[in-house]
Amino acid sequence: MTLTVVYAILFYIAAALFTIGVARKIVIYSKTPQPLKIPTTPAPITKAGVVWRMLKEVTVFESLFKSNKWIWIFGWMFHLGLFLVLARHLRFFLEPVPAVITLIQPFGKYAAFAMIAGLIGLWARRFFVDRVRYISSMSDHLMLLLLITIGISGALMTFGGVTLNTDVTSVKAFIMGLIFFDLQPLPDSTFLLIHLALVALLMIVFPISKLLHAPGVFFSPTRNQTDDVREHRHVAGWSAK
Amino acid sequence: MAEEIHVPAFREYPIIPAIVEGSMAHSKPYVAKPDHQQSVGYPGQLVDDWQNAAVKKLGELVSQSRALQVFLDSCVKCGACTDKCHYYLGTQDPLNMPVARQDLLRAVYRRYYTFAGKYFPKLVGAKDFTEEVRDQWYSYFHQCSQCRRCSVFCPYGIDTAEISMAGRDVLDAIGVGQKYSNEIIGKVHKVGNNLGLPEPALADTLEGLEEDIEDDTGVPVKVPLDVEGAEILLITPSADFFAEPHIDGLIGYAKVFHQAGISWTLSSFASEAANFSMFIGSHDNLKKVAMRIRQAALDLGVKRIVVGECGHAWRVAYSFWNTLIGPFDFLDPKYPAPQHICEVTYDLIQRGALKLDKEANDHRRITFHDSCNVARASRMGNIPGGQFIIPREIIKACANHFFDMAPETIHQNTFCCGGGGGLLTDDLMELRVKGALPRMEALAKVVNEYDVNTLVAICAICKTQFAKVLPYYKFQMDMITSLHQVVGDAIQLGTSH
Ligand code: HEM
Ligand code: SF4
Ligand code: SF4
Repeated sequence: MTLTVVYAILFYIAAALFTIGVARKIVIYSKTPQPLKIPTTPAPITKAGVVWRMLKEVTVFESLFKSNKWIWIFGWMFHLGLFLVLARHLRFFLEPVPAVITLIQPFGKYAAFAMIAGLIGLWARRFFVDRVRYISSMSDHLMLLLLITIGISGALMTFGGVTLNTDVTSVKAFIMGLIFFDLQPLPDSTFLLIHLALVALLMIVFPISKLLHAPGVFFSPTRNQTDDVREHRHVAGWSAK
Repeated sequence: MAEEIHVPAFREYPIIPAIVEGSMAHSKPYVAKPDHQQSVGYPGQLVDDWQNAAVKKLGELVSQSRALQVFLDSCVKCGACTDKCHYYLGTQDPLNMPVARQDLLRAVYRRYYTFAGKYFPKLVGAKDFTEEVRDQWYSYFHQCSQCRRCSVFCPYGIDTAEISMAGRDVLDAIGVGQKYSNEIIGKVHKVGNNLGLPEPALADTLEGLEEDIEDDTGVPVKVPLDVEGAEILLITPSADFFAEPHIDGLIGYAKVFHQAGISWTLSSFASEAANFSMFIGSHDNLKKVAMRIRQAALDLGVKRIVVGECGHAWRVAYSFWNTLIGPFDFLDPKYPAPQHICEVTYDLIQRGALKLDKEANDHRRITFHDSCNVARASRMGNIPGGQFIIPREIIKACANHFFDMAPETIHQNTFCCGGGGGLLTDDLMELRVKGALPRMEALAKVVNEYDVNTLVAICAICKTQFAKVLPYYKFQMDMITSLHQVVGDAIQLGTSH
């Protein structure tokens, strides 16, 4: 039971830091003015064009595709895998489980492999490509280690056979308990404990690390501005004075 | 000079060169003298409390710019930009990789303004703003031509130009500015142009030019100065007033206006399109320099403002003028404000208002260099990509032989000439030569394949830079040609429109 309490507290703290931290950043990004128009070519000239451009950036990583096919392949595998895995995890948070979530369970299951493979590919680049090695700091390596460990500990619970299989019904009870402030015991499984602790750590570092690229991309002026400054006068911040 | 600089060899295949640490650490432009600094509103020399002053200034800049906020937080060190900078490709110095250049500033920002950098500096690569870091800033923020090529390829559009502008602004604020840019901006404030050419000298030059054109063509084409009530105010880089190949471009504009029967004028008060304040990231100077143009347009009572061939000037005009010196409600709303000279010429060609003889350019086998600031930071015409279409269509309307360079080196992918962003100074010659490598490689291909002998550009900086670096790569210096020289040579004066 102590373990349950420790993890419950850990998750409350992690969730609070994550939510407040990311919300704070989003507020800062939206409140900080962008005084000049600086969209990068190919810049759309309408708002709809901007939405389309952004959609392509966040779904198929369009700029990255133009840029470097290896990073694109690994990066896209990882993010698509992550997306499916996260979607699959929704079954722990929703009752009743929506039909789509049930539908993607089989794909989500194998998405873990895409995610891990992508991460390994990205990490390999940090060792083998001299330019990427040069720009990598300790935190870049640790971030990949963290995600890979989360991925592997998770996959082991799903694919590790009877010995490692975790009692998902109890996990769900624990999580629903957290949501409704009605604490339920956490099943005692080593991999589950590792997995959850690292996920909490990920949530904590999210708002103070480069993971801010996820909200950041939507606010990037070179990507989200319309190229219409001759037609519509743009002023903000110091340029409005 | 040619012997001193090791000119990099063309790469047989487009391989990405290996890093050579510190290979350009010695490259530094001359530091601005106290009077240069003061003429643009910065302290004359290194201030006593420079470390704190720099950190404070950096914080202010970031708090005023969403771009900086997002760019400094979002880089994931994916490495996609590492092989995109012409200065990296030409020098192999890893600090010329866009992300590494950003990290010079990011390290300091993180150290003083982020949780991770304050408490775990080693882990995230955060650094104090030491003298060593300050020197690196000075060196490597002056090895960025602010061409924005990296921004095209970054998954978040992180624009290293914004970072190097901020870095230079911080350095200026603590008293270590760059001589070349600051001296020039000072001249504009004082005299109205980068050259420091006063009104009588300018009037004289233009008169001489009119005589030359008349001798040449037998037609009295005017190059008017300070004519009140003219339809168009032409704002053009002052290089157009005196040097080859720029001046032939000016002759071309004059011929276009002449044949189209449009009244136009230059202004002695605002005799400069260039606005180097952008290079040093100085908002106040940017606005102050631009304001001269609004003033001139109002004083002369013109209906349109047209900008001559200059890359960064067109960025400032197209992207920033309406913001800084607009609204242009005193101009004729039928025309975009401002308008690029290429837009004017293109429209006239479309309307059949210019009589052009393509054969006059038959001795030219032409390729076109997209200037960075036109290609990636502004536009022409009313459709996306107009800045690529319009100049090429003009060339094709004026000449029979046109050949584009490889697609990965033109349009949005264009490689900088190597001299943009306030680096067009003799004290950075080595950098300029090496940075030109990717463009020269692409040029060599079309020279070999199609016997190209003319490199057309629409930017004063590109033209000057190419005139200087072409010989290092064994090309003829006079290959570089103004677009409006090609136009001017094709125009059949005397024949009526
Ligand atoms: C809007 C959502 C997101 C978008 C558009 C996005 C996009 C990208 C792109 C384009 C890259 C560069 C390519 C690569 O290295 O994979 C990247 C890197 C990365 N992303 Fe995301 N991402 C998003 C959300 C997330 C989330 C939620 C996480 C983690 C919890 C994440 C973790 C990472 C990591 C760790 C890297 C660096 C990989 C490396 O070290 O090479 N991303 N992201
Ligand atoms: S491409 Fe963008 S995100 Fe990737 S390393 Fe370069 S600046 Fe950072
Ligand atoms: S803006 Fe151009 S010169 Fe500067 S880092 Fe990016 S690619 Fe290099």
